[in-house]
Amino acid sequence: MAAPPTIDALGQFRLTTALGPVGRSVNFTNSNVIMVLSAALLLALLAVGMRRRAVVPGRLQSLAELCYEFIAGMCADTIGPEGRRYFPFVFTLFFFILFGNLLGLFPYFFAFTSHIAVTAALAVMVFVLSIIVAISLHGLRFFTYFFPQGAPKALAPVLIPIEILSYLSRPVSLSIRLFANIVAGHVMWEVFAGFMLILTAALGIAGGIAAVLPLAINVVLVGFELLVAFLQAYVFAILTCLYLHDAVHLH
Amino acid sequence: MDEEPGGDDVSFEERLRAARGRQRLDGPPAGKGPSDPFAGSPWAIGLRVGVELVAALAVGVAIGWALDRWLGTRPVFLSLFFLLGGAAGVRNVWRVFSR
Repeated sequence: MAAPPTIDALGQFRLTTALGPVGRSVNFTNSNVIMVLSAALLLALLAVGMRRRAVVPGRLQSLAELCYEFIAGMCADTIGPEGRRYFPFVFTLFFFILFGNLLGLFPYFFAFTSHIAVTAALAVMVFVLSIIVAISLHGLRFFTYFFPQGAPKALAPVLIPIEILSYLSRPVSLSIRLFANIVAGHVMWEVFAGFMLILTAALGIAGGIAAVLPLAINVVLVGFELLVAFLQAYVFAILTCLYLHDAVHLH
Repeated sequence: MDEEPGGDDVSFEERLRAARGRQRLDGPPAGKGPSDPFAGSPWAIGLRVGVELVAALAVGVAIGWALDRWLGTRPVFLSLFFLLGGAAGVRNVWRVFSR
């Protein structure tokens, strides 16, 4: 062995270009590959699943219908009856993030939601969309959103900046939540896996036996990470719905 | 059916909602509101509150710092927006739990 194994917890998030010289010239990275794969999987699920359009659905069609109804229900419950209009957006967002999180769990794959640039872009998209929806539906009355109803007028100089800051913090918290959860999970995996290597390199056979403990922790973490992948995609989608609800209804 | 009073629709909707609630078809039970996706797990609640607080504070500090840099008034806007950002964080948390 040339060098003793070390824990390089953040190396897994490094971007490399894919697709050889073509990818290098346009900066097509491993992250982009998984994004395309994630979008393609979603399209394939819907296109292949709904090809038969059977009255009694088969397995794949059931899955596609279940996905549809899950998001349609989320939109209708959270945004209200108008929520159907935003269904395509929320559906795409949820499944893009979900497939991204899940694909990121496979070895040699890349979790693109572990990059704050990606999650921030998604969150800013949600933020801008909710502002556009609010202004197109309510016009300038949108700005009354920043003054809580029933509050004394004298407090306006304090309350309005606070409300505006609170509003501006939405895309920040939305993007940090997803990014931090995915990064934390992957770093924990890497740390425990690296610990196994260090143990075996340092203590030989005894270390190899002791390495069963970090291995067991990693096995538990797989289940935990699956949960986080679903939960964070769900949280992102439901918060998008909440922001759209605020945009549609104001207050 | 046309002679039925309009109230019948409402009672049907109510019964439907009660039935759906019993079968847990509508996610979290009514009353909690639709916005309680992570009730139950203390870790999730804690993480959510922490992120909301820190995000608002970070936005406030960033704006204050940028204003100071632009106007050359070093601690004035930073300290002002630090306080406002903290208040906005508390407002966020309040909003999370009051929905």
